[in-house]
Amino acid sequence: MLRRRRRRLLAGGVALLLLALLPLPIGDVYTLNLLILTLLYVGLSQAWNILGGYCGQISLGHALYFGAGAYVSTLLYLHLGLPPSLGLFAGGLVAAVLALAVGWPCFRLSGHYYAIATIVVAVIFYLLALNADFLGGASGVYIPFKGDSWVALQFRTSKLPFVYLALAYAALVWLLAWIMEGTRAGFYWRAVKDDPIAARSLAVRVLPSKLVAAGLSGFATGVGGAIYAQYVGYIDPDSVLAMPLSILIALPAVLGGVGTLWGPLLGAALLIPLSELSRSYLGGSGHGVDLMLYGGLIMLVALWRPEGLLGLFARRGGAGTHAGTA
Amino acid sequence: MLQLEGVSAAYGGMAALHAMSLQVAKGEIIAVLGANGAGKSTLLKAIAGQVERRGAIRFDGADITRLPAHRIARLGINLVPEGRRLFPRLSVEANLRLGAYARRGEAGRFAPLDQVFALFPRLRERLAQRAETLSGGEQQMLAIGRGLMTQPRLLMLDEPSQGLMPKLVDDIFDAIRRIRDLGMTVLLVEQRLVEALAIADRAYVVQTGRIVLAGAASDIAADGAVRRAYLGM
Repeated sequence: MLRRRRRRLLAGGVALLLLALLPLPIGDVYTLNLLILTLLYVGLSQAWNILGGYCGQISLGHALYFGAGAYVSTLLYLHLGLPPSLGLFAGGLVAAVLALAVGWPCFRLSGHYYAIATIVVAVIFYLLALNADFLGGASGVYIPFKGDSWVALQFRTSKLPFVYLALAYAALVWLLAWIMEGTRAGFYWRAVKDDPIAARSLAVRVLPSKLVAAGLSGFATGVGGAIYAQYVGYIDPDSVLAMPLSILIALPAVLGGVGTLWGPLLGAALLIPLSELSRSYLGGSGHGVDLMLYGGLIMLVALWRPEGLLGLFARRGGAGTHAGTA
Repeated sequence: MLQLEGVSAAYGGMAALHAMSLQVAKGEIIAVLGANGAGKSTLLKAIAGQVERRGAIRFDGADITRLPAHRIARLGINLVPEGRRLFPRLSVEANLRLGAYARRGEAGRFAPLDQVFALFPRLRERLAQRAETLSGGEQQMLAIGRGLMTQPRLLMLDEPSQGLMPKLVDDIFDAIRRIRDLGMTVLLVEQRLVEALAIADRAYVVQTGRIVLAGAASDIAADGAVRRAYLGM
């Protein structure tokens, strides 16, 4: 078991190294932009995976935590001058608190009811933000550029710093998932997901267990939102709080394999470039062809590989991807 | 070790146990027998804190009637539920680990693993497999093994022989006897009366939520009138 865990960590290190070398030969800005977004979604989807995958609580409201991270770090920067390199932790903390506040009542609901509740809560906050003047309302907030800086996390002359920032983010969230896989809390999550009643009879406290997952997931999502805000330099409710974003955060993990270390990476590596390319080639037609393609892909996976694309590589009847042997 | 006095239990207002009283002493195997729906499973769930209950339940002299399920589990009472309730998509190893985590404190958490492998060598070979891929007998072994990992002083088994072929039933009952010999106390709910009475020290017979008969297992097994009247055998 320990050997398998160490092997995964090693594989993670190799993947990190390869990804770190990947952008070096890439010169054009469009491809680098795609790489940054993909890496951000690797991290975001892994963050979602902690709650939705390992713990089995399907949240369709993660845009709320993403938006909270984005707004908190941005407003702290604009009004109090707190540099975003610190502000992203504040954003993560606020997102974590929100995730706990949403989870505490909503975790009493099961299955679909929980998922619907998370949508509703996130949409309420989206509407509130649209009408909140101190958040810039519907017109959003610009982040003024004050020169390249790792403290303010602003870079104009090159996209490379953002590539590595996004890579570091994705790697750290992956590491968080790897660590949690081997802890008692991580085993509790999988037990709660598989059979909450059996878990309870083994002294697992189901609600606290879900709350730990929600807090970590919310924190990591919020940090991602803060990084995104600095990358784009402008946020409004539609770009950081809207419902489609919640779906986009969840999809890579679902496509790649829920509750697995590699699912979010695999899913994001396929989905994000696909969605960007189909949007630029097909989106202009105005008929939403890109979204149809996207939806069709999800349906195919749901029909043929409900455990995600990683299921293609799993040994039949063996440890499997969900086995949680860690 | 365990005393129940006038314990009633209900499912959402529907009474399932009526003023039950029973005692279990340390090191005993106690069988609880009765027809389907008599309240045997409810009795175990009431002790484990998994249903609404009234009356007085004492474990080692302490009142546990109002404790939540997870606190009762930590006191050293483990219920191996009917139908096993394994974590089907988790590995055998993860299932055993989850048993071990029920105990507080890191030290010696995985110590019972040797006992479990000694009782059920098959589990060692299946460690990396998903629980759902095991045979019925192996699944029952895993359910009991997971219970043992919690290092219980009182192990409650709800129909461990359910759905097993006769050869395996003997193995399971043999394992239960060896578990008692390891120093644990066993409260066993069964429909297989002959086998259960053969390994039990004492037995209680339950009908429609009430205890209608209690006595030494050998007496109940020997008394033809009692067997016909209450057990239909």
